This record gives sequence, C-alpha cells and structure tokens, in this order.
Amino acid sequence: MIMFWVTLLAISMLLYLLLDGFDLGVGMLFGLTRSEDDRKAMLNTIAPVWDGNETWLVVIGVILWGAFPVVYATLVSAFYVPVVVMLLGLILRGVSFEFRNKSPRTRRLWDFCFTTGSLAASFMQGVMVGALVKGLQFTNGQYSGGVFGWFSDFSVLCGAGLCLGYALLGACWLVRKCESEVREVARRQIPILAAAVLAFLVVVFIHALSDNLPIMHRWIDRPYLFVFPAIGAIAAIVLASSILHRNDYWPFYMVSLMFSAAFGTLALSFWPYMIPFAITIEGGAAPPSTLAFMFWGEGLWVFPLMLLYTAVGYRVFRGKLGSMHGHY
Amino acid sequence: MDPTALLLSRIQFGFTISFHIIFPAFTIGLAAWLTFLEALRLRTGRSVYRVLFEFWLKIFAVAFGMGVVSGIVMAFQFGTNWSVLSKMSGPIQGPILSFETFWAFTLEAGFFGVLIFGRDRVRPWFYLFSTAMVALGTTLSAFWIMVNNSWMQVPVGYVLQNGSFVPDDWTRIIFNSVVWSRFPHMVFAAYLTGAFCVAATGAWYLLRRKYQVEAMVMLRMGLFLAAVLVPIQLVFGHFVGDYVHDYQPAKFAAIEGRWHDEQPAAEVLIGLPDPATETNKYEIKIPVLGSIIASMSLTSREVGLADFPPQDRPPVLIPFATFRIMVGCGLIMLALAWLGSYLSVKRRLEQSRFLLWSIFLSFPLPFIAILTGWYTAEVGRQPWVVYGLLRTADAVTPFLTATAAMTTLILFGAVYVFIFSFGTYYIYRLLRDGPTRPVAWRPHDAVPDRPMPATNEGPVAAPSYISAGE
Repeated sequence: MIMFWVTLLAISMLLYLLLDGFDLGVGMLFGLTRSEDDRKAMLNTIAPVWDGNETWLVVIGVILWGAFPVVYATLVSAFYVPVVVMLLGLILRGVSFEFRNKSPRTRRLWDFCFTTGSLAASFMQGVMVGALVKGLQFTNGQYSGGVFGWFSDFSVLCGAGLCLGYALLGACWLVRKCESEVREVARRQIPILAAAVLAFLVVVFIHALSDNLPIMHRWIDRPYLFVFPAIGAIAAIVLASSILHRNDYWPFYMVSLMFSAAFGTLALSFWPYMIPFAITIEGGAAPPSTLAFMFWGEGLWVFPLMLLYTAVGYRVFRGKLGSMHGHY
Repeated sequence: MDPTALLLSRIQFGFTISFHIIFPAFTIGLAAWLTFLEALRLRTGRSVYRVLFEFWLKIFAVAFGMGVVSGIVMAFQFGTNWSVLSKMSGPIQGPILSFETFWAFTLEAGFFGVLIFGRDRVRPWFYLFSTAMVALGTTLSAFWIMVNNSWMQVPVGYVLQNGSFVPDDWTRIIFNSVVWSRFPHMVFAAYLTGAFCVAATGAWYLLRRKYQVEAMVMLRMGLFLAAVLVPIQLVFGHFVGDYVHDYQPAKFAAIEGRWHDEQPAAEVLIGLPDPATETNKYEIKIPVLGSIIASMSLTSREVGLADFPPQDRPPVLIPFATFRIMVGCGLIMLALAWLGSYLSVKRRLEQSRFLLWSIFLSFPLPFIAILTGWYTAEVGRQPWVVYGLLRTADAVTPFLTATAAMTTLILFGAVYVFIFSFGTYYIYRLLRDGPTRPVAWRPHDAVPDRPMPATNEGPVAAPSYISAGE
C-alpha cells in the first residue's frame, strides 16, 4: 500500500514537472517578446491545458498530506516562504491569463504579472528541490532549520537552474506547437538555454563535490544510478541533432526525457528517504487504515481516470496550432 | 511558539478562507441553477432559458476561476502555518481533502470544458448531463470540505496513536449527524446565494427597464426558490444548533451570551457581552425562550460560560455578534422572498419599485450570512482547532516567526485585494451589460480541460483568443 502511494506520488510529480514546466517556461519566454501577435500565439499553445497542468500540483499536495502526513507537515512548513511565494506567483499568473483579454487598457499590467508570476513560481520550485538536495537541518527527527532553513547559495542556484530548464522546455513546446515567427525565435533560444542548463549542471556538480554533500555518497554506493545521467546525455545529443536538422517534433520529447532522467536520478538517490536522511518513506507514511481508504476510494479508479482525462485533453489539441492571425 | 505568529496565522487562514468561500458559495448555487435552466429549455424549448443560460455561464466562469485559484492556496495553508495540526490529523484530514481533489475537481474540470466549449459538439442531452456533472462536482466539493470541518468540530471515529489521530471508523467520520446537518446547511446557503444574486440582477434590470423578459424570469425563479429554501434553511440551522448544544456547550453558551447556568433559560436577543464582568450590557432578553430553543423544553437547565475554566472558553463577542448578524440576514431574506413571491403571484411586483430596490440591494445578504455563519462556527470552536483534543495554540508551526507570518499576510492581502477588485469589476461589467439575444449561436472552438475560460465573448462576439485546432 505504501509503494502504491509512492508510485502515484512519483507519477504526479513527474507529470507536474513536465506539464506545468513547459507552460511556466512559456510564461517566462512570454516576457521576452513585445509583439502582441507572438504573445497571443504563445498563450494559445498553453490556453487549453495550463489549468489541468496546475491541477497536478494540488494532487501532489493532497497525496502528500493524506498518504505521507509527516512529510507534508515537515516540508510545507519548512518551505513556508517558498511555498507562499510560489502560490502567489501561480495565482497572479492564472488570473492574468484571463484578465488580459478583458481590457486592453490594463493588458500590460497583466502581462507583467503573468511573466513575474511564472518566474517566481519556477524559481521557488527550484529552490525547494535545491534545499532538499543540500539537506535540511533536523534535530531528533524534528525540522530545526527555522523559517529560512531552505535558503543557501546552492538552493538559489537550483532556483535559477530550474527557471532555465523550464524555459528550455517551454521553447521546445513553442517549436512543436507554432509556426513562423514564434517558432523561429524559440529555435534561436533553444541552443542558448540548453547551453545555460548544461553550464548550470556542471556548476551544481562542482558545488556538490566541493561541499561534499552527503547525497554524493549515494552515487558511489549505487553506481547503477549513472544509468539516468547516461539517458540524459543521450537525450541531449538527440536534442542537439534535432535542432540542427530543424526538426519540430523531437526537441520537446528529448528535453522531457532529460527532465525525467533528472527526476529519476534525484528520486533514486533519495531512496528510501523522502526527506533525505531524516524521514524515510516508511517513516513518513500514514497508518494502514488511511492508505487503504484512499486506495479503494480514489487511487485505484479515480487516478487512472485523471490520467486518461489528461491524455484525452492533449490528444484533442495535438499538432500545430496553425496561423494565428485568421483566428483572432 | 510565538503568540504574535499564532495570531497572524489565524488571521491569515481566516482571510484566505473567507476570500475563497465567497466564490464557491456563489458557484455551487449557480451551477445547480444552470442545470435547471438547461433542463427547462430542453423541455419547453423557450429561448429565454438559453439566453439566461449563456449569460450566467459567463459569470459562473469568472467566479469559478477565482474559486479555483484561491482554493489551491487552501491545500497548502494547513501545512505552512499549522504543521502540528497537519501532522497529527493528516491521517484523517488528508484523505478527506484528497477525496475532494480527486472526486470533485476531476468532475468539475472535466465537464466544465464541455460546458464552455462543447455546446455544438455534443448532443443536447449530453450537454445537460455535463452541466449536471459540474453542479454535482461543486456540491461534492462542498461535501468533503464539510466532512473535514465537521471532524474538526466533533472528532469521531479515531484513535490516538503515537501522537496522531488514526482513523478507525471511516463510516462514522463521514456519515454522522453533524456532517448531515451542516452539509445541507451549507448547500442551502449556497443555493440561497445563487437565488438572491439572480433575483437581485433581475430587479436591477427591471429598475433600469432593460431585458424585461429575462429579468422577470430571473426575479421570479430567484424569489420562489428563496421563498421555499429560507424556511428549510432555518430548520437545518436549528439542527446545526442542536449539535453545537450537544457537543460544544461552551460555544453554545457563547453564541447565546449566557454567562451563568439558568433554569429555565432566557434568550438574549441583543446585548453586548462583557467578559470582564461576565455579564451582558444593554441586553434585551425573553424569559424561557432560551430553554425552548436549546432543548425544546420549558424547564431545562442550560449551561453558562462560567462553568468552563477561562482557558477553555471561546471568545464571546465574535460568535455572539456574528450569529445574530447571520440570523438577521436570514430573516430579512425570508421577508423579501415571501413578500416578493406574493406580489409576483399577484402580478404587482413590477410596480413595487421600493421592493425591487430592496431586492436589488439584498445581494450581499447571503454572502454576509455565510461568512458570519462560518465565523460563528470557527471562532466559537476556539481555543481548540480539533475540538477538545488539540488547542489552536499547540497546532501552529512551532518555528514560525511573527515577521514571516506578517510578511505573507501582507502579501496575501495585497494580491487578493488586487485580483478580487478586478474580478468583481469584471463580474459587475458582465452583469451591467446584461444578456445578449443572439442572431445565431456561433460554434465555439472545442477547448476542454479549462476551469478558467475566456469569458469576454458573447455568443455573437468576436471569436476568442483561444484558437486551438488541428
């Protein structure tokens, strides 16, 4: 039962990372263009799906609280500031999406909120991952790092890194979904962003080595973990080649694969801990009467429905969006 | 634990949840009304129902979107500010809220797309079915939230193990009399909110002599529904009072403004409770009525607040005042609904401009009643967060500082006021512009999976910016 809920949590997290990742990325790239036509084209690519994408964040929240209450209570409170800033960013970006169409006069205001909201949410998600990797401070099993325990140069670095990663994913999404100007701009952005992400990974690696982060020992203990970076490297090569060949289809999937590899790497190097070296999966899990209730009531049949529903949503909007001008 | 951080956390939770509840309160009733309209149209074929449906759907969409974004915050607020509570009660409250997400969210989001974009892509019966499913989704959402809150009011079906509440009887947690008096009370409140907003809009148009056909339908449907529902709501309100009387005597005494045991007990109509002297200033009370209301008896002995040690007493003034405001709003709504329905049957409603003005200006009443009702329930539960088991002061995140809590409170306040002002303004603009009677219904682009659609498009307006295609 515990494994079932860990699996569902992992699926939800990976889905959130990929799905909201690209639309947050598009949100950040949105701020780099001034053309109203391009902006509309960019919004059109995420309009039908962004809400569904964000739903997975709520799913992660409630699975954590229900199935792993100790982890939920510890993490969400330790990440007090990043969580609140992330939520405010998501709210601002969500309403801006709708409000910008309501009044041309305030459109610039909403566009600003849309970009900064996307940026703030992405940055804070990266910060939280970075803080987990670096390790939070625990005393006798209780979190003892205080309100700013998440803050370090490493976690800020990871925040910037995730922004770059999401932007890369967003650029690949735009290449996949758009034609003409937006696609050309995104094509030029991809190599720059990819190089930046690569540089970020190198810096993180050096940083982790020099700080002698405990998580690095897991790698020496578990050499099979190198499978994931290998997959990531292959995906990066295919990405480079597909960009050189001006292919629109593959870059998005290759960057998604790189994200999945990174997620797999982290998840397995944490294993069996949920909060590294403080709370294990077993230790954080809810009692059996809770897990069983959730399994029969929702996990077994509602969760597959939600996956199906997401798949159908994306299937309806598959392919290129076509020329934007005729539609507005 | 920092007492300022505790107070600020309470204010923050109260603020964010008050902000949030306004929107679901509105959309639960509206979704049910939309279903009713669509069913009527299918049955009668009258185009006025279609015009009204399209009009209110646009308003529903804005309110629904605001409800979704402010609701996401709630899923995390338990963890950010109340880490001890979320750790201890996670095995019970966590699954309940996850049911809310899995069941209700999925239904709403899934069929909402059909509602907004699918009119011309699905068969009429399926469109009606989708509307009903959205209504069911919003209602289920309210149900799980009420199960969750009722467990905090009257915790049942648990055992205490290793410092956390472990569920041992889910049937009791979900199917108990507390849930089944409070859940209908909430749903009827939401229906009344919808009814009064619809009736007020109708009255507004009649006063401006615009859209008179639609306005009369809105006014009559809103008033008739309210005329039936307000009395039922009062009965369920009484049932809710019964559970408070039986399980939360301190809250009951605070609501009643009863400081000392009385037999038979009087009912304080108005007054100003003064905790220092343990008396009420300026009170007006009716003898024996207190016993009748509390126990349906002429002689029962009713408990006073002084029976409880000071540290176990709720604050008196807030529950005392908010309860009276709620009941007052209910009674005004009852008068308006009955008088309005009577005049409507007599076909004299259009001439009675005073009553039309009153109905128009009554739209805040249900919102005020819902908010004050919640304050009565929540403030009256203090000093406990899980009644009798866990004190609010012990539930707060232990290392939270006043500075951090203050900063986030200001941030939430600023962002919410900012988006709330614009959201309300856009709803106002939609209401002011009124329904559009179409030349022909334009097919929408199919865009499912979006709880927040573009709503600035009338049926014959320019195509929306959403232009997804193959």
